[in-house]
Amino acid sequence: MEDKKYLYKRNNIWWVKVAVPKSQRDKFGYDLRQTTGKSDLDEARSVRDHIVESLKSKLSESENYIPLPSTKFMEKTNIENPQYFHKVVDCQYACPAHTNVPEYIRLIAQKKYTDAYMLNWESNVFPGILGRVCDRPCEPACRRGRTHEKSVAICRLKRVTYDYKDDVEKYIPKSPKIKNGKKIALIGAGPASLTVARDLLPLGYECTIFEKDHKAGGLMRTNIPSFRLPADVLDEEIYRIIDMGAELKLNSYIDKLKPVIDEYDSVFIGTGAPKGKDLNLKGREISSENIHIGIDWLTSIAFEHVKKIGKKVVVIGGGNTAMDCCRSALRLGATDVKVTVRSPFSQMKASEWEIEETMEEGIPILDNTSPKEFLFDDKGKLCGVKFEKMEQVEIDGRKKMQSTGEELTIECDDVLLAIGQENAFPWIEKDIGIEFGEWEMPVVDKLTMQSTHPKVFFGGDSAWGPENIIWAVSHGHQAAISIDNFCSGVSLKERPDPITNLVSQKMGIHEWSYDNDISQEKRFSVPHEELSKSLKNLKTEVELGFDEELALEEAQRCLNCDMQTVFEDDLCIECDACVDICPTDCINFVDNDTEEKVRDKLRVPALNLDQSLYVSGKLKTGRRMVKDEDMCVHCGLCAERCPTGAWDIKKNSYKESHTLTNKVVAKEVA
Amino acid sequence: MSFKKPINHHPKLETNKLGLTRRDYEGAVSTLCAGCGHDSISAAIIESCFKLNIEAYKVAKLSGIGCSSKAPAYFLEQSHGFNSVHGRMPSVATGANCANRDLMYLGVSGDGDSASIGLGQFVHAIRRQVDMVYFVENNGTYGLTKGQFSATNDLESKNKYGEDNLFKPIDLATMAIQLGATYVARSFSGDRDQLVPLIMGAMQHKGFALLDIISPCVTFNNHDSSTKSYDYIRDHNEAVGKTDFVPLGEEISTSYKEGSSTEISLHDGSKLTLEKTDANFDPRDAGKALNFIREKEKEGKVVTGLLYVNDLAKDLNETLNVTQTPLSQLQQDVLCPGSKILEEINQSLS
Repeated sequence: MEDKKYLYKRNNIWWVKVAVPKSQRDKFGYDLRQTTGKSDLDEARSVRDHIVESLKSKLSESENYIPLPSTKFMEKTNIENPQYFHKVVDCQYACPAHTNVPEYIRLIAQKKYTDAYMLNWESNVFPGILGRVCDRPCEPACRRGRTHEKSVAICRLKRVTYDYKDDVEKYIPKSPKIKNGKKIALIGAGPASLTVARDLLPLGYECTIFEKDHKAGGLMRTNIPSFRLPADVLDEEIYRIIDMGAELKLNSYIDKLKPVIDEYDSVFIGTGAPKGKDLNLKGREISSENIHIGIDWLTSIAFEHVKKIGKKVVVIGGGNTAMDCCRSALRLGATDVKVTVRSPFSQMKASEWEIEETMEEGIPILDNTSPKEFLFDDKGKLCGVKFEKMEQVEIDGRKKMQSTGEELTIECDDVLLAIGQENAFPWIEKDIGIEFGEWEMPVVDKLTMQSTHPKVFFGGDSAWGPENIIWAVSHGHQAAISIDNFCSGVSLKERPDPITNLVSQKMGIHEWSYDNDISQEKRFSVPHEELSKSLKNLKTEVELGFDEELALEEAQRCLNCDMQTVFEDDLCIECDACVDICPTDCINFVDNDTEEKVRDKLRVPALNLDQSLYVSGKLKTGRRMVKDEDMCVHCGLCAERCPTGAWDIKKNSYKESHTLTNKVVAKEVA
Repeated sequence: MSFKKPINHHPKLETNKLGLTRRDYEGAVSTLCAGCGHDSISAAIIESCFKLNIEAYKVAKLSGIGCSSKAPAYFLEQSHGFNSVHGRMPSVATGANCANRDLMYLGVSGDGDSASIGLGQFVHAIRRQVDMVYFVENNGTYGLTKGQFSATNDLESKNKYGEDNLFKPIDLATMAIQLGATYVARSFSGDRDQLVPLIMGAMQHKGFALLDIISPCVTFNNHDSSTKSYDYIRDHNEAVGKTDFVPLGEEISTSYKEGSSTEISLHDGSKLTLEKTDANFDPRDAGKALNFIREKEKEGKVVTGLLYVNDLAKDLNETLNVTQTPLSQLQQDVLCPGSKILEEINQSLS
């Protein structure tokens, strides 16, 4: 018998295989394999020992060595895992609240604005607000950004659902007359608390919201100027929740937590990150009259305590608050407003579109400019700020800002500081079991939102520092699940599964229940109010929103990424029809290999590692169907071309579970 | 309804020396049945033209009647095309070929168009050595008329309705070798790796190149008792070896075991290499090739690959000493040398 130890043949090439000891299989898989690259047995034998040694040394090497990706062959993709197709819907996956974006865009295309609004409301609670001011993590994720340059205007289409909906009151669940006897305290009437209330009220929880100001909304109201987010939109969406049956206590600053914990079954803290950072430079101590903390100043405007500002204003900071400050200053009568940023322009923290709008209003942004000293005249009145110019240098591979030595003085009447926000919990007693960790932040469980006190939950900015509204909503949903579990005596780790469905969309030959034509239109921009009008009044909304015609055109740009190409191994006859018709060369039939090699040998190598490969089981010829999900435009042509129905287009609906959808809907069905 | 393919392509799609992508060589979206082998052949032609950096306007696509003959609409949208009478594509190709030697001629035909109504035309195109690539998209059935047997269908096979085929098939590939075709290959639409180098070789070959490509008819001839189905061909395929096309100026990168490979130079300087699986086979020896095919046929195998090649033969235009200039570009002074020359000719005859 010929000596074939460690050797096996595959596609006419000899491979070496080394079994992995049981203890290490978790890390390495069942075996290690490597090709000899030889088809002749004698030649393969000659290199075998060397390869065996190298594979064995892999097993004995340090624990940090992870050969798994390079030695394990690809396995058949498990599409039953709800996360697989969810990940293909890039926008929904990127959204912290997992809003079903393609579905609501399709509803817009069908002019079903109310349905589209309600679909949003279920996931993100504040469609009208978010449709104006969301940080839109969905848009950079949008597939169109990879295939056709610019993403779909998802956020602005969300606003369309708000602007064009009919009365939705009849769809809003109310708190039942018979309560479940559990009382929940929600501290801070911002998006996080409101989400928790919305999710718990229909289950019969008695929710009491405590708000320190005289109006609800939290930072949504105080920190976002009304030219971006009109008060009536805020009021409508906030009171939609309050009117479900929550008790709102305004002007109720909580100065001690202990009594609240004692009185209620559970406490949710959604007090945001309310403390704006100060800048202790030379001159700061002389007078604070004309030096304002940005978010406090914005709050004063929102509550109409501040109605004017000096002619010359300098804003320090490069985030979204800085953009709101400078634009508000312009509307309060300032004539010369400048923004100064310490970092280079390209690294500013503000959202791209907010920077754009700021610049459109004629406000200069001076980058690489770091404040050094506040200057005062002899009467002790602020008269300017001294800056030094910075440059970015690389030291040991790390980017650092460094002074160039050049100085710059900007004259001004007022300074607005927008250099960040912090959490502050002076009202939480230190001895009641709530632990605080680094930077005085509460210790909060990432999954359950529970603090170290079992009854107390955190969410929104108060949990892990400043984020944005959509994250607060997401925290709220999770906290509501936890609170419901906690009050029902269920383990907090038992989270409800997402609700998924995968249904064929075939209506006939070449006919699908969705519009699979790919629009070639460029992204439509939202019309703006004329500058001469919008700059005059703080309350004039700058963005006018899409009109119906534009909205419908923009909706057509959506690629329907929830329409999944689903492959049935047994039906495939490997005729290559799908390979040839695919406009973006996603589909391949190749021999199995390690993921790295499979990615490399596709028609167009799959270099975007963030996107999955869809791998079939072994087909008749021994090959596998491998689809690179990266560039799929969901046109459905593969399924139209398939003679045997091995490809089908199925709509994947994925809904994150909330207490509201889970229990209330279940009850209705029952 | 989608009868158009989105124009968008993968942003990282490869481009050739002309700066074109594979997508630029496409045609209209096929209206053949989904899964038709002919569409795979069209895709292989697209791939070959892309790899050979062919300029579409220098190609003429000619066809007759049948499913196969619709196919030219589905590739090389910017090429010339002529859809002729049933079985008469070879005549049109012959004429066009003499009229303009600058173009590459792709004749696309099927088993009905070539082995039945056009058999006489097929034979004479080979006999005359027309410089063209002749594709027979061979599915062994008359698909457009609902699946009757064609002349290439095997004796033992049945049609979709269970009836026996009573006649022996015509093998166009062996016939072509016997008639003196200088490049003969058989392949399978479902084996793109084999097909593309064979098409590239045929396109670079000077003289008559026949590609007999078994192309399953998914609608009428892809059933269990068919000998031209995807499954049957995959099970009975006997490749004479692996053919590689090596473009001009590129080195042969694969290393072959000594004695197992054959290297064939084409007239433009590109090369074909064949890694043989059987030592008795030699694609440069027509006799051996024919014997090999017959032997394997007896074993129930369908021999595929490059069966015969001879790159030294004269083509029709050389035999007839046809002008290199396309006739459309010949000026009057060349076409009509004048009465003085006529006088001289007449004088010489008297």
